[in-house]
Amino acid sequence: MVKYIIKRLFLIIPVILGVSFIIFSIMNLTPGDPAIMILGEGAKPEQYAALREQMGLNDPFFIRYLRYVLDAVKGDFGKSYRTNIPVLQEIATRLPYTLKLAVSSELIAIFFGLPIGVLSAVKQYTKTDNIALGTSLLLTSMPSFWFAMMLILLFSLKLRLLPSLGIDTWKHYILPAIATSSSTLASLIRMTRSTMLEVIRQDYIRTARAKGAPERKVVFGHALRNALLPVVTIIGVNFGISLGGAIVIEQVFAIPGLGQLMVNSIRAKDTPMVVAAVLFAAIIASIINLIVDIFYTYIDPRLKSQYTTIKAKKVTS
Amino acid sequence: MTNAKVNAPGEKSNVSVKIHQFKKKSQFKAVWMRFKKNRLGMFGLIVFLLMITVVLGADLYLDYENQAIAQQLSVRFKPPSAEHLLGTDQFGRDVFARVVYGGRISMFVGMATIVVSLTAGAIIGSCAAYYGGKVDNILMRIMDVFLAIPNILMAITLVAALGSSIFNLILAMGISQIPRMSRIVRSSVLSVIGQEYIEAAKACGTGDVRIIFRHILPNAMGPILVQVTQTVARSIITISSLSFIGLGISEPTPEWGSMLSEAKSQLRYYPYLAVAPGIAIVMTVMSLTLVGDGLRDALDPRLKN
Repeated sequence: MVKYIIKRLFLIIPVILGVSFIIFSIMNLTPGDPAIMILGEGAKPEQYAALREQMGLNDPFFIRYLRYVLDAVKGDFGKSYRTNIPVLQEIATRLPYTLKLAVSSELIAIFFGLPIGVLSAVKQYTKTDNIALGTSLLLTSMPSFWFAMMLILLFSLKLRLLPSLGIDTWKHYILPAIATSSSTLASLIRMTRSTMLEVIRQDYIRTARAKGAPERKVVFGHALRNALLPVVTIIGVNFGISLGGAIVIEQVFAIPGLGQLMVNSIRAKDTPMVVAAVLFAAIIASIINLIVDIFYTYIDPRLKSQYTTIKAKKVTS
Repeated sequence: MTNAKVNAPGEKSNVSVKIHQFKKKSQFKAVWMRFKKNRLGMFGLIVFLLMITVVLGADLYLDYENQAIAQQLSVRFKPPSAEHLLGTDQFGRDVFARVVYGGRISMFVGMATIVVSLTAGAIIGSCAAYYGGKVDNILMRIMDVFLAIPNILMAITLVAALGSSIFNLILAMGISQIPRMSRIVRSSVLSVIGQEYIEAAKACGTGDVRIIFRHILPNAMGPILVQVTQTVARSIITISSLSFIGLGISEPTPEWGSMLSEAKSQLRYYPYLAVAPGIAIVMTVMSLTLVGDGLRDALDPRLKN
């Protein structure tokens, strides 16, 4: 098991390198001179040239990329063109807000999505099923930021129950987390429903019922356990989407997270900041995917046994 | 069919062409018959076609310059009335006209995104599936790297680098959809390549090009078509999200996302401004999703549960 995790961790490295290369080249091969960005428009040409030389901007592209990677490994992602603060420091203060938002939205989606999906599969073609499917259709069709605005309108402005801006208390996170969770929740409902429907028709479910197991045990003990695997995949894949969604939702609720940082840096053409922000988001999404992959082996004994047999074979040979 | 192949060359092509034409038509008809029975799918199709008609015919009953762009400060924040169906915004522009013209941009960008991502995705995906082995491995590993970047982040980065014009927006969103598209194309082509009728066609001595265009592509189209409707729907949401955070289509061009971004600051006093563009997005995306779902069921009745 530990070996598998280590192997998977090593497989993340080329992905991170690839992502950093893509982002770095996109941001660097486009027009815009960092020297002008830092010194402003009014400086002398010699000053620009000196700064460019000092920053190593005259070197070939691949050398610059290599230098960036080597520095990044040491934890140096450069300094912001705009504020001259080390990029890593800025991201470290912003990232927790975005993560909190993405994780709590994911939890909300799981907490509501799984039971609703199970319920709508068990009661297929009834009113409950139709309502569940309708809700999920509506949630997928709504842009999350519009959903957020409607939530603010209802809960903050009309009912005055929850705050609409800021991050002071846990209450401030309720509306943003619900808004961010909308698309994950929708796909989770649909996915749970369809896999449950598939599983519920299997022979072993009929056997479980025939032997007289209570319906609750059949549904949650036998069926849901087997239906979970594809559902867990959705949760892993959707974390990246949640992260992206959180970035948009932050704009609605004025949360000082990664998204705001990203949008502000893009407007200011602050390349090191943008590269690092996107890179961190992608790394986190990959790591969550890895965690989900590892979690698979716990909920699906078939995968576990597959892994252990490979190991056993290796030992014998 | 094997008989036809054994016959003299002149006869052979005649017979097989006839068979193919008949088969192709009937398959399309069968899908359409099944689709017609799907009430939700038909509803989605009708709503979508209606919206297209309203949006494309806008010039017949609306005046772009005067109603959607020109500022008339004397009629700011007028609530919905007979003259202004959905009221006016903070610059006195008619919200209904702006929603309709905003639809043009959203739908145009959505469709154009598909052209970019489908072209690239089809080439990459079918190459990976058809050549297999190393080519497949390399192409898919590259796509995996792209997939690690969340879709909207990729679009944001590209827009940031290219600058936000409509053309760049299409390019950015198209590129960010390529990995997903090529994966779908690859898997659906792969599922067809393994079928017996491809083997049979090969055994009959059919050429590669004919196999690809006559046998593989028509049969692989189903999942791709479903993906296309879903991608257009998702793109429409992404465009509005980008415009909402100020990186997409900018003022004064009417666009649903940027309209909502403006409405956000007026949410407390003029909430009606935030409703119409949002409902427009929901209607478009939902109708497309319904069409996609209906199409999927019609193309492969086994998938329906």
